[in-house]
Amino acid sequence: MNAPKVVVVGSGPAGTRCAETLALAGLRPIVIDENSNNGGQIYRRQPENFVRTYSQLYGSESDKAAAVHSDFDSIRDKIDYRSDTLAWAVSENTLFAAERGRSVEIPFDALVLCTGASERVMPTLGWNYAGNYSLGGAQIALKSQGCAIGSNIVFMGTGPLLYLVASQYIKAGANVAAVLDTSTVWDSLAALPKLLAMPSMLWTGLGLIKTIRAARVPIVHGVQPLEITGSGDAGVNAVTYRDKRGHAHTLECDAVALGYHLRSETQLADLAGCAFSFDRRSRQWIADIDDKSRGAANVYMAGDGARIRGADAAEVSGRLTALTLLLDLGYAVDEKEIKRLRSLHARYERFANGVTRAFPWPIEHVRNLPNDAIVCRCEAVSVGELRDASRGKQADEINRAKAFSRVGMGRCQGRFCGIAAAEIIADATQTPLAEVGRIRSQAPVRPLPIAVEQ
Amino acid sequence: MKTQSSDVIVIGGGIMGACTTLFLRQRGISVTLLERDRIGQKASGSSFGNLRRQGRPISQLPLANRSSALWAQLSESLGAEIEVELSGHVRVGYSDRPELVEDFTHYASQAAETGLNLEVFTGKELHERFPFFGPEVLVGSYSPNDGHSNPRVVASACARAASANGAHVHENMAVTSANKVGEDFVVVTDAGLGFTAPSLVIAAGAWSNSLAEAFGEKIGIVSRGPTMLVTEPAPYFIHPCLGVVTPVEEESIYLRQIARGNVIVGGSTRSPASTSTGRAIVDPKNTLSQLRQLRRLVPALAQLNVIRVWSGVEGYTPDGMPVIGRSEREAGLYYACGFSGGGHQLGPGVGEVIAELIDTGETDTPIEDFGIRRFNASTG
Repeated sequence: MNAPKVVVVGSGPAGTRCAETLALAGLRPIVIDENSNNGGQIYRRQPENFVRTYSQLYGSESDKAAAVHSDFDSIRDKIDYRSDTLAWAVSENTLFAAERGRSVEIPFDALVLCTGASERVMPTLGWNYAGNYSLGGAQIALKSQGCAIGSNIVFMGTGPLLYLVASQYIKAGANVAAVLDTSTVWDSLAALPKLLAMPSMLWTGLGLIKTIRAARVPIVHGVQPLEITGSGDAGVNAVTYRDKRGHAHTLECDAVALGYHLRSETQLADLAGCAFSFDRRSRQWIADIDDKSRGAANVYMAGDGARIRGADAAEVSGRLTALTLLLDLGYAVDEKEIKRLRSLHARYERFANGVTRAFPWPIEHVRNLPNDAIVCRCEAVSVGELRDASRGKQADEINRAKAFSRVGMGRCQGRFCGIAAAEIIADATQTPLAEVGRIRSQAPVRPLPIAVEQ
Repeated sequence: MKTQSSDVIVIGGGIMGACTTLFLRQRGISVTLLERDRIGQKASGSSFGNLRRQGRPISQLPLANRSSALWAQLSESLGAEIEVELSGHVRVGYSDRPELVEDFTHYASQAAETGLNLEVFTGKELHERFPFFGPEVLVGSYSPNDGHSNPRVVASACARAASANGAHVHENMAVTSANKVGEDFVVVTDAGLGFTAPSLVIAAGAWSNSLAEAFGEKIGIVSRGPTMLVTEPAPYFIHPCLGVVTPVEEESIYLRQIARGNVIVGGSTRSPASTSTGRAIVDPKNTLSQLRQLRRLVPALAQLNVIRVWSGVEGYTPDGMPVIGRSEREAGLYYACGFSGGGHQLGPGVGEVIAELIDTGETDTPIEDFGIRRFNASTG
């Protein structure tokens, strides 16, 4: 019997642990990585000629980053690792990829999607000016380029990444003007029982806050973002927000990093035929995954791409998914280990639910956005245009609203505006968010060069 | 069962059904439009948006010309922006088919008799006029008054205008049975509602087979999906619509650029499509072969990225010609379906012709070639 052909997409914490587990079982998985090197977003490696230490690069996460990197390095000769490779479509047990500009078709017996997460972003008036970055983008600039996004930066949004990236910038010597969080202290308190499922992670989080406070950077809770001011030529120059007492404040800055916790990257799962359900807790659509980590026949999912649970849970999930896959393929597997990982994963799940509670998606702020704010940056669709299209043309479903207004039709295919757009449509047409639906994924997962060699 | 009556029932809310409803209302005829999904959501909403007359069989040109005149003022009469851009259309042939020079010239002289004026360019003249063509392009036939529109918004804009003018438009309502009882058609829907009318129009695209069969007529429509893609925006440099003339399906691409910069490409190898799921999935292999043909037609496009592909469920007849006009077997029954991937331009013309037929019993526009008779004859 030929060894089963397993393709793992992604080499972040989930992809690394999945590939490692498969390789140790004697398989030689193909690992597809959009980036030039392994580590994913959270543990993105610096370019080879950069010499910063792990502690400088990853701060509180440095030990975990080092372990993920060195364990990946130790299996490099046991896997078929393909970096700079874009998995752009899936059809009938074949993954279509563009490998350094060349088109390749990779048939598989099993596909494991470890596609990770990206920012959930709430539009703000002025977020389309130059100088606005997602938190992930700000992190990439720091890790990959060794530069800050500005010389006086406001971090605005909510979620653990807001604090992680702000503290990483502070440690790197950048000037952070403030951390503005839409969540309240009450949200954190209400989440505490669940957060205590992982005391060490809670401790790490508190450490980040301490780092920020020690640098005398103000942390403001319960804000409502009002406007990012600036100009088309010079970009961002200030952020205006309302505090919880209703007073407006303006903070001068030359860059803004934005993010409201995370969303799963699900396009490949969608193209591979996985079904999705609306999750009321996170107000997101997540893939229906069975107890064997399968989203569809031969399609397995692990890590934040399946559900946002964080990098530590992703490592567990990657291992667990690999073991259940091995079991499906008829390999002998330590069932006790599966049981142990499942129970550990359940604790992470509880903690993740706490994080979701602590940093809620600010629904009211999204729904009350002014008409002249841009919701879809790729296609320059304003909130008002989207409201008009959905209300005036009975487009209470997001794909229909997309057809009429162009929202989500541009380069990012709604990955950044889709969640906010759905809230705006739900509000404008008085439709439950679950019925507004989600933008159907279409290939390519990322822009595909017409020049792709065949 | 609750029953609603009108003069006409139109089944199918694509561009054909929506236009027919619109023009029936303009004649003061009461009309009910039934759509199983949302208006303009299937083939009509996922099509290319071509307003191309040239290249159609000569017998279709009087109808296409009539439609063309309607398109020119449709945006205004609907009071809606449907992005009609009459920026011309170029059909091209590659150098491995030199006979196309004569074919195009011959076609142009026949088309001129119907009122469609075309200019045929070859060699240096062609490449000076349209500098974006690749070196393999040998001949081009230019139709200055053709162009394109935005298919995502046209059918729904027509239905909204019809609705504002008194049409009864029902979405998310699938027809479960259609019969003739005495003088009236009785149509029952999955919502448990019944509709009656002395006239019935079947304009249900790929879903038309079973409706025709209910009246003893068989069209034999097959569902297929076009392979579509759109690029990221680039400077606006291709003003006319372009289309390749070839018997090879893979080579048969067409494209248009919109003023905001995106290039929309269709054609090449089609995908399977399903009326039961209502979806057609683009095979990535077809996208790749389409990209090869795209680089051949307009090499400069190789600098761009594809940002999205899509398809839709289109209905193809056995001879590739539409079914337009009266039923052969049932008085009061009309067809407007089976447009085989080429219906968008004809939409307003077909709508007006069907409305005219129902209202006056006749039309000056020749449609004999599109009668259902040709399929009835072959099936007995």
